[in-house]
Amino acid sequence: MPHDGHDHLSPSGHPYRPDQDAPLSYWQTMEIAVRELLVEKGVATADEIQAQIERMDERSPALGAKVVARAWTDPAFKARLLADGSAACREMGVEVDALKLLVVENTEEAHNMIVCTLCSCYPRNLLGLPPDWYKQRAYRSRAVREPRQVLSEFGVTLPDGMAVRVHDSTADMRYLVLPRRPEGTEGWSEEKLAETISRDSMIGVAVPTV
Amino acid sequence: MAEPAPNFLPPYWDAEAASPQFAMGKKVRVKSGAPPGHVRTPWYIRGKTGVVERICGHFHDPQELAYGRGGGPKIPLYRVRFALSDIWGGNGGSGGNDGGFDESDTIDIEIFEYWLEPFWDYGGDFDAQSARLEQELTDAS
Repeated sequence: MPHDGHDHLSPSGHPYRPDQDAPLSYWQTMEIAVRELLVEKGVATADEIQAQIERMDERSPALGAKVVARAWTDPAFKARLLADGSAACREMGVEVDALKLLVVENTEEAHNMIVCTLCSCYPRNLLGLPPDWYKQRAYRSRAVREPRQVLSEFGVTLPDGMAVRVHDSTADMRYLVLPRRPEGTEGWSEEKLAETISRDSMIGVAVPTV
Repeated sequence: MAEPAPNFLPPYWDAEAASPQFAMGKKVRVKSGAPPGHVRTPWYIRGKTGVVERICGHFHDPQELAYGRGGGPKIPLYRVRFALSDIWGGNGGSGGNDGGFDESDTIDIEIFEYWLEPFWDYGGDFDAQSARLEQELTDAS
């Protein structure tokens, strides 16, 4: 193996991830203790806990895209989705659990974008885990202070006269942006439309294109 | 105080809980207190004037739930719309006139009722845009 003096890099050129040799932190110990107690006292089985973790990992933006594509093709569904997001998702068989979904629609007049300035509230049942940037202070503070600047860094330039509506997810509601259907997609199937809908377009920092 | 007249019942409406005090389209002011605890009203919005965009329904108070006190009554939760220029002044560009937002731009925030108070107009132009929002939301309701 060539030795180039960069011992912290693997032969592939990537840095080695340090081994986790440090002692457990307080909260890591607490998590293990609580989990073991739940199993020991018969509140939950190890299998149930593992199944729940897998369930969380399986959620992805594909679920949200399915809902958006349906709203693009079915005006009655869209009306129900805007009136009660959670009920409309349930109707599609998308498992929303306790999620209280509020769907905000992009129009010719207004573009919506979502942020949680206090933490990282996010419609996980529809979009999976939030991206790292969504949880960082830079996005959380700048989205409410200079949303147009943030949008332009994501590559979104809005036409003159279109308002930006920022939604700060501070309490019980979770938000999904219903993007505008791109032109040139007339007659497309829901499946094909869903492929145009990215995670970021449902957070409101991208717009679908074809 | 006028009774709210939503044109549809919010999905999380609890008929047993207290009726919301503020109707959709009503101008409200966020209180500017600084209590300790798990407060869900962001600092940047305290003391600002906005307009009720919708009534979300009734929910338990997160300031109580955070400490395991879950038994309290459900309370009304609103979405209040603020003009960015009313919050930050000017057009908000960071470091000059770079267009961080436009006059038309808004932010909607979920706020529990006890954080809101009726807006009393003492004059002044600090809430110039909220007057326009009030008109828009009244027209929509």
